[in-house]
Amino acid sequence: MAQITLDKLAHSYMANPKNDNDFALKQIDYVWEDGGAYALLGPSGCGKTTLLNIISGLLVPSKGHIRFDTTDVTEMSPEQRNIAQVFQFPVIYDTMTVEENLAFPLVNRGVDKAEIRMRVGDMLETLELTDKASRRARGLTADEKQKISLGRGLVRYDVNAILFDEPLTVIDPHMKWQLRTKLKELHEQFGHTMIYVTHDQTEALTFADKVVVMYEGEVVQIGTPEELFDEPAHTFVGYFIGSPGMNILPGSVDGHQIRLADHGFKVDKHYDALAGLTEIGIRPEFIRVTDAAGAAGKGVPMQVSSVENIGRHQIVRGKINGYSVDAVVDEDARIPAEAYAVIDTSRLTVYQDSHLVRASR
Amino acid sequence: MDNKPLNNKAWFFVLPVFFLVAISAIIPLMTVVNYSFQDTFGNNQFFWAGTEWYEEVLSSSRFHDALVRNLIFSGIILAIEIPLGIAIALSMPRKGIWVPVCLILMALPLLIPWNVVGTIWQVFGRADIGLLGRTLSELGFDYNYATNWLDAWITIIVMDVWHWTSLVVLLCYSGLVAIPEAYYQAARIDGASKWKVFRYIQLPKMQRVLLIAVLLRFMDSFMIYTEPFVLTGGGPGNSTTFLSIDLVKMAIGQFDLGPAAAMSIIYFLIILLMSWVFYTLMTNFGVDAPEKEVD
Repeated sequence: MAQITLDKLAHSYMANPKNDNDFALKQIDYVWEDGGAYALLGPSGCGKTTLLNIISGLLVPSKGHIRFDTTDVTEMSPEQRNIAQVFQFPVIYDTMTVEENLAFPLVNRGVDKAEIRMRVGDMLETLELTDKASRRARGLTADEKQKISLGRGLVRYDVNAILFDEPLTVIDPHMKWQLRTKLKELHEQFGHTMIYVTHDQTEALTFADKVVVMYEGEVVQIGTPEELFDEPAHTFVGYFIGSPGMNILPGSVDGHQIRLADHGFKVDKHYDALAGLTEIGIRPEFIRVTDAAGAAGKGVPMQVSSVENIGRHQIVRGKINGYSVDAVVDEDARIPAEAYAVIDTSRLTVYQDSHLVRASR
Repeated sequence: MDNKPLNNKAWFFVLPVFFLVAISAIIPLMTVVNYSFQDTFGNNQFFWAGTEWYEEVLSSSRFHDALVRNLIFSGIILAIEIPLGIAIALSMPRKGIWVPVCLILMALPLLIPWNVVGTIWQVFGRADIGLLGRTLSELGFDYNYATNWLDAWITIIVMDVWHWTSLVVLLCYSGLVAIPEAYYQAARIDGASKWKVFRYIQLPKMQRVLLIAVLLRFMDSFMIYTEPFVLTGGGPGNSTTFLSIDLVKMAIGQFDLGPAAAMSIIYFLIILLMSWVFYTLMTNFGVDAPEKEVD
């Protein structure tokens, strides 16, 4: 167990990176607390896997240092770092039995035989694979194989951290939920630091205490699921977290006035006037769609183009002054022909060049 | 499934293939089968001979000796070429500009026809004008493939290894490059040694291509003809007279068509049997007995 410190870390796959764009991973400084459950969230190709491979030691970063507690491990191999990693596609040793697969990392480290038997037995039980213990791993189903991959990481009680690289991609939806619950349980049981890479926000938000959102090689926000929802630090986080994502509309601020979609709103917070591209964000959950009477003068006209029922909610898609806006309303809400959108102005967020601007007072 | 419409027109699609195979393989084979059960004294008159030729061939020491030579030869060839091929494939680069260079170098021997290989080595090994033979005799080795049976064997084996190891290398290499990077990464995370990576990842993943390599090399080396024929014509003595050489001597040299046909059939069945044995052994290796492989 260890606290993992990333110190001015950056990585480029090119030999001589010239500018920022040549870096697959732009400079990052962060401390992963011991025993935390983290999710690394971002679209494909944003540098998640690169960061993970640097932490595990499969990749040596071009710049910066990694420390486990106070030891600099930047140049150390995965074995020396004592880290477990589970990959996107199940990796099993075909010719070994399920049991031997789970014992493999322990045998390689010269763990005592009786100890191995005990740990492997426990792990088989945890993974519900006891009845398949002595059959060969070849020919198992994808989720059984992935369970073995997970097991090979988890069977090592003393690892500094366990890294997961989109481990549930190949798993059936109902098994996904089961395995995720299992991972959470194991995290509570053993208290390993866990870093979980995914591009699935549901997975990230349910698994992690803290979510690290990455975008184009940069960490754009680190926070709890609530923080990511309420105050996205970057317009990308707004889009990416939430379903549908945040409405980002061009606008401007001046003092207590916020303009968006050519409508002015008075807010309690105070913003200084901004230079550069100013955008205003509002979550679809904080827009109410109603008729003229319901709006009571506070709404702005909205042309509804479609309504999708997604179970307990309806997604209303439409336009306000020509700008596309989504709203989420209750399943039984009636959408009037002449609709008005009532925006919860206390939930408006302001962005300058894609980055969050906080109220000046 | 049961009420699938039955349409026998599909047979017409098989017909051309059936026709071609019949002409190219089955009918010639049947001719051989015919010869093997009959005797002739010329004039195109044939008499039924039953299993006489088979009994004669199977009980002749000439056949036994040649068969033993073949088995030993194929054994040596497999024992050298398979491990050597794997070793070379493992040491070849996986990416970079050297990959095409290595692949072309490896493919070169395969492009040379059998009899040319024989001729190359025949000249190369001659004690009077050959580079190898001359060098060896200058160094004091008494090397002469025309008079010493061991030298002849060594020359043919070296020739075959030089000619065909590349095939094993290329097959193994194709198996190796198909292993996803994640396996090596997982092995590093699991702390596996180089030997364990080979034993538990590379070797099992190469199983299928190795099966093909073993089968091809077995069949080919068991049917070896051109190399010993060009080198010494089966000598010195009978030391390199393999089944194929003996067969040609019998069929064309002595014109004993009956025994030669019977021997061809036996020869063919031995190769078929051995290939089946290799196939069964290698496909069942690493698979649980009661449960059949699913994927």
